[in-house]
Amino acid sequence: MGIYQEYKEKLPLSLFEEVKEKTKGMPASKAKKVLARVYKAYLNAKVEAGESVGLVAAESLGEPGTQMTLNTFHFAGVAEMNVTVGLPRIIEILDGRKEIKTPMMEIYLKNPYSKGKDIKRLALSIKETTLKDVITEVSANIAEKKIEVKFNKENMKEIGITSSHVISACGKAFKGISIKKTDDGMLIKIKGGEDKINEVYKIKERIKEVYIKGVKGIKQILPVKRGDEFIIITAGSNLNEVLGLKEVDETRTVSNDIYEIANVLGVEAARQAVINEVNKIIEAQGLNVDMRHIMLIADTMCFSGNIKGITRYGVVSEKASVLARASFETPIRHIINASLVGEVDKLSSIVENVMLNQPVPVGTGLPGLVVKVRK
Amino acid sequence: MSEVYLNGKFVGEVDEPLVFVEQFKSERRKGNLSENANIFYNDRSNDIMVESGKGRARRPLIVVKDGIPLLTEKHISQLEKGEISWSDIIQQGVIEFLDAAEEENALIAFTEKELRSEHTHIEISPLTMFGLATSLIPYANHSPAARMNIGGKNQKQALGFYVSNFLTRMDMDVNLLHTPQVPLVRTTMHDIYSDEKHPAGQNMVVAVMSYEGYNMEDAIIINKSSIERGMGRSSYYRPSIAEELRYSGGLVDEISIPDKDVKGYKSEHDYRHLEKDGVIYSEAVVGEGDVVIGKTSPPRFLSSLDEYNLAAATRRESSVSLAHGEKGVIDFVLITENEEGNKLVQVRIRDQRIPEVGDKFTSRHGQKGVVGLIVPETDMPFTASGIIPDLIFSPHGVPSRMTISHMIELIGGKVSGLAGRYIDGTTFHSEPEEDLRKELLSLGFRENGVETVYNGQTGEQYKAKIYVGNMYYLKLKHMVANKLHARARGPIQLLTRQPTEGRAKEGGLRLGEMEKDTFVAHGASLLLKERFDSDRTIVPVCEKCGLIAIYDEHKNKSYCPICGDVEITNVEVSYAFKLMLDEFKSLCVYPSLKLKNKY
Ligand SMILES: [Zn+2]
Repeated sequence: MGIYQEYKEKLPLSLFEEVKEKTKGMPASKAKKVLARVYKAYLNAKVEAGESVGLVAAESLGEPGTQMTLNTFHFAGVAEMNVTVGLPRIIEILDGRKEIKTPMMEIYLKNPYSKGKDIKRLALSIKETTLKDVITEVSANIAEKKIEVKFNKENMKEIGITSSHVISACGKAFKGISIKKTDDGMLIKIKGGEDKINEVYKIKERIKEVYIKGVKGIKQILPVKRGDEFIIITAGSNLNEVLGLKEVDETRTVSNDIYEIANVLGVEAARQAVINEVNKIIEAQGLNVDMRHIMLIADTMCFSGNIKGITRYGVVSEKASVLARASFETPIRHIINASLVGEVDKLSSIVENVMLNQPVPVGTGLPGLVVKVRK
Repeated sequence: MSEVYLNGKFVGEVDEPLVFVEQFKSERRKGNLSENANIFYNDRSNDIMVESGKGRARRPLIVVKDGIPLLTEKHISQLEKGEISWSDIIQQGVIEFLDAAEEENALIAFTEKELRSEHTHIEISPLTMFGLATSLIPYANHSPAARMNIGGKNQKQALGFYVSNFLTRMDMDVNLLHTPQVPLVRTTMHDIYSDEKHPAGQNMVVAVMSYEGYNMEDAIIINKSSIERGMGRSSYYRPSIAEELRYSGGLVDEISIPDKDVKGYKSEHDYRHLEKDGVIYSEAVVGEGDVVIGKTSPPRFLSSLDEYNLAAATRRESSVSLAHGEKGVIDFVLITENEEGNKLVQVRIRDQRIPEVGDKFTSRHGQKGVVGLIVPETDMPFTASGIIPDLIFSPHGVPSRMTISHMIELIGGKVSGLAGRYIDGTTFHSEPEEDLRKELLSLGFRENGVETVYNGQTGEQYKAKIYVGNMYYLKLKHMVANKLHARARGPIQLLTRQPTEGRAKEGGLRLGEMEKDTFVAHGASLLLKERFDSDRTIVPVCEKCGLIAIYDEHKNKSYCPICGDVEITNVEVSYAFKLMLDEFKSLCVYPSLKLKNKY
């Protein structure tokens, strides 16, 4: 045990554990050599003082970006199931957009369900069902202030709901109406006088979006087999409610909506989500970017506790230097605002020093000379 | 019910859209409606669009009825005899022009072979789907479309014989190829546009091989003796123009040799070529800075007081001289008057351009390259029959670009040269490659075009057989002589004190944003500073208020215009930053510099 003690402090814990595991059963002298080599490699991998990691990270991610294709990927056979990939997705993530183009979830399931039990019913119960999914026709009679809705019995059966279920959902959604069941649907009558004619039109349009069943926001579902277990891929995301379902394995289920992750699971989870999502896209394009660059960018976006995009409203607005901010976008506004409060630029970063033609404080420009003057 | 729109405006409705459209077309073919009108039925929106305005790209097609083209052998023989003309067969409704919209309703057969009863039209020739420049590429159906596009674009930049009255013209930036030739492998389009009147290239013997690595990255090797025999030689023409302008107050420019007391007088040496009238003589050899037309102008701002001021009354020099890097021979001098009656002098300068390393050449198949090396004929490889190639083309340019037409032209050119006849390489109905190979075999060469070739330097036989043949090569207008540029020090801009931009102004080469990033990424901070030192200045700064102070050279002392005699420190910054501070001040922003000792 003694040989490990020395390195426990020096190596990061995960690395230490890995070496410990792999050197199990080795003679002590050999294990000691391995540890020394690992430690040396670890020191070599460390960034040197004065290395401009931010710029290198930006270039390392920016250069492969020029080679990316601009396609959206479609799942075969399922309408409205497509995924933003490539450069648009990277931009979406790094900009820290609140509304992403194609929110998605990958729902992992607990044991009997992950083997395929009830997978179709489960998937359908997660999908958000609105009235338009279970009807064939809506027609309005303005003179009588009536709206007639015809049900699609087949769809209703498949989703597992009854007419009375639908009628009560519609009844709750609107005020001032009465609903009567008919042979093949329902008849909605708007209460009140002539002034309610506009209401008929409004309700006719809005009734199609009435929520009936399922998880709100899940627009489409696709059960697929991954490895030897079944998972459900969804279009639309609602992490909060899906994690609450008893069939769902909440330890592995993920969303691609980083803001949602931050709200439900906290900023640390969001940071990891940024890393995973960016890495996924880069790998899908057959490119290779060192993980540490992506980690640095994710840290920059998340360290304040909120997600900040790499935009003039996000991380750039937090830069200490007025000149650096002004050189990015909208210079005059930055200068005027800075002058209103008498901001001081300490010239501590790269851009402002380039502007003044001073040595930039990285690399050889970083160390100063300390001279002891003899009196 | 379909809505009908005429040139985008609603005009009415019809009950039977398809019947209406058919009727419209048949009336047009009968000549009752203008042949310029096109009709389009959009079955999705159930609209009929009739267009008769200008600005639509339209193309001619042969009308097909029940699977039979209306254009018959009789028409063709009549056309050939000149009994009828193109406009006659359009009037007969045999050929009609479709615009992009009407094409959507048409089913156009490509060849007669595939013609079925559903077809409404047939192409006059498959060649009509290309533009002029693309039609000039032989065997283009063997190569990717993208390459043929590039090939077409390249031909537009080729030097040739653009007009026959060039001697009497004063065109800007003109190049003339000295001994242009007609291509050996031709297309129908060459005959149509009569290329023998203005050819734009030369037939060269091409060997597809590498040579000492000097033809990597698409470079080409050229035989020095071929150049000496005149291959690829061209002339560059550029006019210099001066006009005697009239100014208010009866003042005029004067074209003459400027007097020595003129403001801005150059040196006597610069005016040495001018004759008495102030204009250069023909065939004078001129170089950078030489004056071509001597001219003086009246002083710029003449106020009433200046009438008594002798210094202000002097005229200023405004001669036309050769810019930085220019040279040539005076080709032609023209003295005339322009529309306003002002004296106008135009001088055409000619410069011979001999191919040199860096000049751009291309075949017709988008296989462009710059000259990488000029090799003496004695060192060039030679074939068993003693043929020495004019040009060596790198084989690495072919696999990724898949320009098979380039390879076929080489065989075609070889057959043409040996058999003494032109080869028809028209896209889609060319002489088959197989026939060319058979003919090549019968002419006593290997049917696949390769030959035994010997190393010109050692005389040893190459182990590989080399693909040799004739190809039509074009010299492109991009020549190094117009582009080569470097600078160590030179002129700076007045406003920013940074180096000027561009070759014409002897400018610097910009170390841009991304280049800056590479310095930062390497941590080469001080090297970066040195690069950006071009506009370095030392400014005195007032320690009290932080604004830029004034240095009084007479008293050898700095002072602050606001605080007076306080402590002033000299600071080194870029002039662009000092300028920015001044601009802040003009915005009523007070930029105060807080100085701190660096050490
Ligand atoms: Zn002051």
